[in-house]
Amino acid sequence: MKKHWYDYLWIFSSVYLILGFFNILFAWLGMLCFLIPLVIATAGGGKAYCNRYCGRGQLFSLLGGKLGLSRNKQIPAFLHSKWFRYGFLAFFMAMFLVMLFNTYLVFAGAQDLRQAVTLLWTFRLPWHWAYHGTLFAPWVAQFAFGFYSVMLTSTVLGLATMALFKPRAWCVYCPMGTMTQLICKAKNQ
Amino acid sequence: MPQTRLRRARQAIVDQDLCVACGCCMKACPRAAIQVQKGVYAVVDAALCVGCGLCAKACPASVISVGEVAI
Repeated sequence: MKKHWYDYLWIFSSVYLILGFFNILFAWLGMLCFLIPLVIATAGGGKAYCNRYCGRGQLFSLLGGKLGLSRNKQIPAFLHSKWFRYGFLAFFMAMFLVMLFNTYLVFAGAQDLRQAVTLLWTFRLPWHWAYHGTLFAPWVAQFAFGFYSVMLTSTVLGLATMALFKPRAWCVYCPMGTMTQLICKAKNQ
Repeated sequence: MPQTRLRRARQAIVDQDLCVACGCCMKACPRAAIQVQKGVYAVVDAALCVGCGLCAKACPASVISVGEVAI
C-alpha cells in the first residue's frame, strides 16, 4: 500500500514525548493533538484525525504490530462498553479541569510553580531537569507540566493496554476519540 | 427463466453500536471494502468484501466478526 506523508506522524508523537524530557515547554505542542481532532470533527471531517493523522495510534500499531509488543488478545467487554468510555471521558475532563485550576492558582500567585509531572494522577515525579527558567510567566510552565502529565499518563495507559490487548486498544477508550465520535454522532443523527 | 437462488457469502459484520470509529479496519483492509462513515461507525461494502477477516483481527474493540450473510 502506498505510504502518505501522514503515515509518518508517529515520528511527531515520539519526538514530542522525548522533548518533554529536555524542555517541558514543548508540552504546549500537545495542544495540537487536542485541537485538530475537535476542529476536524466540528467542521464535518468526521474522524479523519483518528483514521489518518493520529501519531499516537500509529506509534501503538507500530510497536504492537510490527515490533510484536502486543499479545493481540481481545479486549475485555467492559473496556469497550459505553459507560466505561463515557465515564473515562468524564474522568479525564475532570482531571483536565483540575490541571487548569492549578495553572490558574499559579497565575493568580496563590501557589508556587511545581516542577513535577504527575503520572496516573497519583505519582508525582520530580521533573526539574526539564525546566530552565522561562521568558514566559510561571503559569505557562505550570500548564506545560500539567499538560505533559496528561500526555505521559495516557501514553503509559496506552502502552499497557497495547501490550495486554491489541496494539491500538487505547483507541477504544481514548477520550479524544470518544469526544470526536460524540460530535460526529450529534451532527449526523 | 433461470432459477434465482439465495447466495450466501462470508463477510465482515460490524457491531455498529459498539464501533469506536478508530479506522484500524480501514488500514487493514486490502480491498478498501470497509470505511468509517461520517466518523460514527464502520460500514462494510458488500460488493468488495471477501470475508478475509483482516479487519476483524485488527479491530481493537473486537466488534467485527466474519460470518455468512445473504447477498
